[in-house]
Amino acid sequence: MTTLTDPPKESFRLSMLIYDTRYRSMTIQVVAMMGFMLLAAWLINNTLTNLATLGKPIDFGFFSEPASYDINQRLLEYDSRDSHLRASFVGLLNTLVVAVLGCITATVVGVLVGVLRLSPNWLVARLMTIYVEMFRNVPVLLWIVLVMAVLIESLPAPRAFRGEDPAATMSFFDSVAVTNRGVYVPEPLFSRSLGDISVFGEASLRFNISLDLILILIVLGASIFAIRWNSKRANAIQEATGDRPTTWHVNLGLLVVPTAVVLVALGFHLGYPALKGFNFQGGTHMRNSLIALWLALSLYTAAFIAEIVRGGILAISKGQTEAAGALGLRPNRIMSLVVLPQALRVIIPPLISNYLNLTKNSSLAIAVGYMDITGTLGGITMNQTGRELECVLLLMLVYLSISLLISAVMNWYNNKVKLVER
Amino acid sequence: MTDTSFVRHEMLAEQAPPLTSVGVIGWLRANLFSNWWNSILTVLSLVFIVYILSGLIPWTFQSVWVADSLNECREIMIATWGDTHGHACWAVIRERWLQLTFGFYPSELYWRPILAFVLLIIAIGPVLFPGFPRQALYVTAAYPFLMPWLMWGGTIWGPLMVAAGFAIGYFAHRFIEPILGGLAALIIAVLAALIWWLVLSGPVAGALGGAIPIGIEPVESRQFGGFMLSIMIGVVAIGVSLPIGIVLALGRQSDLLIVKAICVGFIEFIRGVPLITLLFVASTLLNIFLPPGTNFDIILRVMIMVTLFAAAYMAEVIRGGLAALPKGQYEGADSLGLDYWQSQRLIIMPQALKISIPGIVSTFIGIFKDTVLVSIIGLLDPLGLSNAIRADAAWNGIYWELFAFIGAMFFIFCFGMSRYSMYLERRLRTDHR
Repeated sequence: MTTLTDPPKESFRLSMLIYDTRYRSMTIQVVAMMGFMLLAAWLINNTLTNLATLGKPIDFGFFSEPASYDINQRLLEYDSRDSHLRASFVGLLNTLVVAVLGCITATVVGVLVGVLRLSPNWLVARLMTIYVEMFRNVPVLLWIVLVMAVLIESLPAPRAFRGEDPAATMSFFDSVAVTNRGVYVPEPLFSRSLGDISVFGEASLRFNISLDLILILIVLGASIFAIRWNSKRANAIQEATGDRPTTWHVNLGLLVVPTAVVLVALGFHLGYPALKGFNFQGGTHMRNSLIALWLALSLYTAAFIAEIVRGGILAISKGQTEAAGALGLRPNRIMSLVVLPQALRVIIPPLISNYLNLTKNSSLAIAVGYMDITGTLGGITMNQTGRELECVLLLMLVYLSISLLISAVMNWYNNKVKLVER
Repeated sequence: MTDTSFVRHEMLAEQAPPLTSVGVIGWLRANLFSNWWNSILTVLSLVFIVYILSGLIPWTFQSVWVADSLNECREIMIATWGDTHGHACWAVIRERWLQLTFGFYPSELYWRPILAFVLLIIAIGPVLFPGFPRQALYVTAAYPFLMPWLMWGGTIWGPLMVAAGFAIGYFAHRFIEPILGGLAALIIAVLAALIWWLVLSGPVAGALGGAIPIGIEPVESRQFGGFMLSIMIGVVAIGVSLPIGIVLALGRQSDLLIVKAICVGFIEFIRGVPLITLLFVASTLLNIFLPPGTNFDIILRVMIMVTLFAAAYMAEVIRGGLAALPKGQYEGADSLGLDYWQSQRLIIMPQALKISIPGIVSTFIGIFKDTVLVSIIGLLDPLGLSNAIRADAAWNGIYWELFAFIGAMFFIFCFGMSRYSMYLERRLRTDHR
C-alpha cells in the first residue's frame, strides 16, 4: 500500500530569498525599489541643500511678475507688462501653431514624395530618393538655420517694393509680400462681425474667441453632418436596389452653399498688406523665424513621412490588388476600398510618432528666435528670473503632457483599427 | 487525294525583338515615357534638374578659394566673372576648416585628436567587420580609457586608475566565485570596484602621479569644438546607449512589476521631452541635483544627458525586436534548461538585435544628428562655430558655403551609417532567398 504524503515541509531559510525562484523575484523587486528610492531621496536631498545654499527655494511666485520682454509673433494680445505666465501661455500657443502647420505641410509633402518614390518613372523616383536622403541625413537644426539665413540674406527689404520701378513686387496678384522681414499675407476680415467673447476675463490665460469663426465652424460641421447623412442614404438605396444615386453634386452643394451664405452675411473680405512708411501694414505678418521653422521642420519630417508611406504601400501584398481587380473593382476603388484601409493601419502609428517628433523638434525655435514655449519659459523667463529648476521642470511637463496626449490618441486609434484575430 | 496540309519541319530563326522594346530606347520607353502622364513628369524633372545643375555647377566650380574676407571674395568674383551671383566663396572653408574640424584645440596638439580618430577606426573595426584582424579588439578594450586621456590630456594615472577598477572587479569575481558562488562573487566584485573608484583610486593616483609624473599637456573643455566634438559626443552616446538600452528593454519586458514600472517611467519620460530640455538640465540643473560642490565638465554632462536620451530610444527599438521574436524561441530556451541570462545571451538577444538592426542604426543616425543641438547651450560644435564665423566682420553675410560644407560632412557620416546597416542586414540574413 502506498501512502500519499505531503512533500517534506521546508522551513524558511534566509538564503531562499536568493536561491529559491519563488522568492527571488520578490527580493529583486524590493532591492530595486529600495535602490530607486535611495537614489531619488539622494537627488532630492542634494537639490534642496543646493537650493538652500543658493538662497532660492522652489517658488512659482515669479509667474505673476511682469515679464518685461516682447513677443513679436503671437496669436493673443500681449505686451511686456503682462506676467511671465501670460508669456508662457503665448509661447505654448506659438508651439502649437508651428506644430499644427508643420504637421499639415509635412503630411502633404510626405505623402506626395512617398507615392512618387514608388512611381514607375525612373527619373522621378530617383529625384525623390535624393530628396529623402538629403533631408534625412542632415540635422534638422542645420536646415532651420539655413532657411533662416536664406530668408534674411536673399529676400528683398520692404523698401525694395517702393517707388515707380520697384526692385521687388508682391506676388499672387499683389496680395502676398515676401520680404526679408517676413511674409505678409492677406487676413480675413468681417465687416458685419459678431464680435469676440473673451474667456477668463483679466486672468493671465485669457483669450478671445471670435464668434464669426465659431459660427462658420458650426455651419461647416452641420454641412459635413448632412453630407454623411446623404451618403448613408445613398448607401441604403444601393443596398436595396443595386443602383447608387449620384451624390457628389448634392454633397458639393451642401458643403459650399451654407458656408458661402454665412460668409456673405458676415461681410467677409480680405485685408491686403500695403506698404506704408518703412514697412508693410495690414494683412497677417508671418515673421521669418516662423517661416523658417515651419518650412524646415515640415520638409525634414516630410522625408521621414515619405518613407513611412512608401513602406505602408509596399507592405500590402500584390495579391490584395489582384483579388480586388478580380472582384471587378476599378483602380481608384481598389485604392480607396482595399489598399488604403490596410496601408493606413501600417502608416498611421509611425506617422503620429513623427508628428510627435515634429512637435518636440519645434523646440529648436530657440535657435532662430521664434518665441515658442522653449523660447519664453525655457529662454528669456528662465534667464531673467534665474529660476532654472522651476522653468525647466515645467517646460518638460508641458512637452510631456503633449506627448502623452498624442500617445493616448495613437493607442486609441491602434485599438480601433486592430485586426480582430480568431 | 492529296495532302495539302503544311507542317513546318524546321524551327524559324529567332528574331531580334523590336528596337522600341530593347536597349536604350526600350528602357526609355518603359521607364520614362510609358504614358503621357509619365512623359510630362519626365520632362518636368528634366527641366528641374537642368535648372538646379545650371546654377549649382558654376556656383561650385567657378568659385574663389583664396581670400581673406567676403568682400575680397566679391571683388575677385567681379574681376573674374563680372558679377557676384552664382559663385561660391570657398575661401571661408579654406580659412576655417581646421577650426570647423577641431574647434579651438591647440594647433600643435592636433596629432592627439587625429590619433584618437585613427584609434577609433581600429577599435570599432573588429566590431563592425568580421574580416578585421582580431588583435584590434585589444585596442577596443583600451579605447574607453585611451580616448579621454588623449583628448583632455593630463596625467595618465587617472584613466589607468579607472581601468584598474575594472581589473580589480574582474579578479575579485574570478577568485571569489569558486569559494562563495556566483552571486556573492558578483556583489563583492562590484563593491570592490566601487570602493576602489570612490575611496582609494584618488590618493593612489595622486601618489603615483607625484612619484612618476607621466602625462601630456592638458586641454580644457572650452577649447573643444567642431566635428571633433560632434564625433566625440556621438561616439560616446552611441557606444554607451546600446548596453543601457538593452537593459532598459529587458526591464520593460520583465515580469517584475517594480522594475518594469521604473523602466517604463524612465523611457516614457525621456521620450516625451525634447532633447533640448535635457540639455538645459545638463547645462543648468545637473549641478543642483548632485552633492554640493560637485562641478564637473560641461562636455561630460552633455554626454551623460545625450546618452540617457539615446538609451530610451534604443530601449524602444530593442523592445520591438524582442516583441517580434516568436514565443517559441523563449520557450525553446527555457526547455533547454538555460537560465534567464543564458537564454538572453545565447538565444534571445542575438536574434532580437538582428531584427532591430535598422531601428538601432537609425537611432544612431538620429543621435549623431542631434549632437548639433549642443550649439544651443553654447558648445562650439560645427553649427555653433558657423554662427561665430557668420558673426565675424570678415565673413558677415556668408551662409550657403558654410552650411553646404557642414551639411555635406554630416551627410557623409549618416549616409555611411545607413549603408553599413544595409550591409549588415545582408550579411546576417539567414533565410535562403
